[in-house]
Amino acid sequence: MAVLVNRNTRVMTQGFTGAQGTFHASQGIAYGSTYVGGTTPGKGGTMHPELNLPVFDTVAECVAKTQANASVIYVPAPFAADAILEAIDAEVPLIICITEGIPVLDMVKVKRALSGSKSILVGPNCPGVITPDECKIGIMPGHIHKRGSVGVVSRSGTLTYEAVAQTSAAGLGQSTCVGIGGDPVKGMDFIDVLELFLKDEETKSIVMIGEIGGQSEILAAEYLRKENFAPGKPNKPVVGFIAGATAPPGRRMGHAGAVISGGRDTAAAKMEAMKSAGIHVADSPSALGSTMVRALKG
Amino acid sequence: MNIHEYQAKELLRRYGVAVLDGHVAWTAEEAVAAARNLPGPVYVVKSQIHAGGRGAGRFKEDPNGKGGVRVVRSIEDVKAAAEAMIGKTLVTKQTGEHGKVVSRVYVEDGCDIKRELYLGLLVDRDTSRLTIMASTEGGMEIEEVAEHHPDKILKVAVDPASGLSGFHCRKLAFGLGLTGNQVASFTRFVTALYRAYHELDCMIVEINPLVVTGAGEIVALDAKVSFDDNALFRHKDLEALRDESEMDPKELDATKHDLNYVALDGEIGCMVNGAGLAMATMDIIKLYGSSPANFLDVGGTANAARVTEAFRIITSDPNVKAILVNIFGGIAKCDMIAEGIVAATRTLHLKVPLVVRLEGTNVDLGKKILAESGLAIIPADNLADAAQKVVAAVKGA
Repeated sequence: MAVLVNRNTRVMTQGFTGAQGTFHASQGIAYGSTYVGGTTPGKGGTMHPELNLPVFDTVAECVAKTQANASVIYVPAPFAADAILEAIDAEVPLIICITEGIPVLDMVKVKRALSGSKSILVGPNCPGVITPDECKIGIMPGHIHKRGSVGVVSRSGTLTYEAVAQTSAAGLGQSTCVGIGGDPVKGMDFIDVLELFLKDEETKSIVMIGEIGGQSEILAAEYLRKENFAPGKPNKPVVGFIAGATAPPGRRMGHAGAVISGGRDTAAAKMEAMKSAGIHVADSPSALGSTMVRALKG
Repeated sequence: MNIHEYQAKELLRRYGVAVLDGHVAWTAEEAVAAARNLPGPVYVVKSQIHAGGRGAGRFKEDPNGKGGVRVVRSIEDVKAAAEAMIGKTLVTKQTGEHGKVVSRVYVEDGCDIKRELYLGLLVDRDTSRLTIMASTEGGMEIEEVAEHHPDKILKVAVDPASGLSGFHCRKLAFGLGLTGNQVASFTRFVTALYRAYHELDCMIVEINPLVVTGAGEIVALDAKVSFDDNALFRHKDLEALRDESEMDPKELDATKHDLNYVALDGEIGCMVNGAGLAMATMDIIKLYGSSPANFLDVGGTANAARVTEAFRIITSDPNVKAILVNIFGGIAKCDMIAEGIVAATRTLHLKVPLVVRLEGTNVDLGKKILAESGLAIIPADNLADAAQKVVAAVKGA
């Protein structure tokens, strides 16, 4: 089962003939995913010189000709919001935007355009989505993943790899890994992904990795308290970690979203909210796998 | 990117936001000339630094003297106030104990203040919309108001499709207790500010205090504006407002090399790929009993040259007693990072212990390069191992 992407996902790439689009599409194909083509405006009608897949001028045309049902975006930041809007307009069901550094007011418009649309957005500024052995969309190293039972959702790219490597080493493997990205205004948030994981039979447990800034981990913890940890609910074990316990307030830690501004968005406040909801909070980023093993033993 | 109050007011004035007349001055003489261009008899001399709390702050050179914002009643006093500020170090709640050197002052017209309010614009991540916050508690830090009197903060979120509407402004105006002509004046003010926020791609616009004058006008007494760094590509002209002297020199250096660096006050220098992993690396160093000297995200496209620059910046901090490199290669390839580490160690004649943890893409190749380099690099197998080893290296030194 898994969530969001699987064997039937037909991936197109926006920014297809660029260096990033080319490299990561080739990696996705090598992993065994189905990549069907992509867009580079002005190069429509040609074949991708390295990948031997069709290039189109517009997303709508690419979808019509290739039956793509997911689009991954590697378009540079100044044009990335426009690329997302084009994919929404073409009614692509799943849009994954890898691009980092999109102006926040551009994302405010994108977020508005998503509401009432037929599309789901993952990202921007994220590593992408992978269902091991079925479909890899994004920039994550495929070989560290192992098909299994842990659903991983994270705001950080490389910290997701850490969770993957540790759950792979523990022999658990992953159902699907979703990087939701480090930007303050984004597509799917924790709750949206958690909802899918709770419904997914293959996902037996969940790792969620957050960071300082914003309220979304606290809202997610409240959501899990009601929808997962209550009697009659799935009661799937959840391991959590929040990066940035040592970050000073008011300083932006790389991600535009990672800045402590209010007092309730600190690592300590988030960990407390998670613990109180019933989440097993790992005190160290190297203890994600071992904490999950303990949580599964009950 | 942050800018000074006088720059913010000059920009906002162009959008029709009501601000008082004033001029920037780099010397006491310029301050006098600036005051002569104002009607008087009341003037305000304001230290220009990128930090709040200036009025309550004190100068290091005169800890028992007056603060960084002074209301004066003669040209002679303008001169005296400017002399007491320019070239001196102002310490406020937000500057830290080192304070900031005042290189210029803003000389502004006095104002007949009847009420002090708060107004702020920012993108609220919970609603994903531009949100206007207002409060009757002008002059106070909004974070404090939020903590102690959350009920005193009014908020409206603006739908980007329909934009700012009259009702948004009225809702805030009546909530603030404004009456009569003040409501129209406030609406004009907010409308102009909203336009400025959008057209300049701001991150935060804060007017604190926003004042109601004796004549019932709404005027910005202070103005704090910061821009979205990600949008500066479409505002080349704003680059001229950047004040590099306000930045940490190491952070400025890092920015020029496209490295994401934040200076901290610990003893272990860190080089990591990815912001989340970089924060987690700082956290685990703390967990094992030491503290990080910096946050540094070397990014996904790291090559030998960038790694060398990163090492140079990390080691320029005299507090650094050891370095921890933590790379989980996705786009970043471990072999390229390893080559960079070897090159940097040689070029910079690195003298502090170096612990390297490599994982992910091309990890075996990377480890081989480090092992065959003949350099005293301490390899680590995972994050916990790396943290333990680097903390031990510091404690042993």
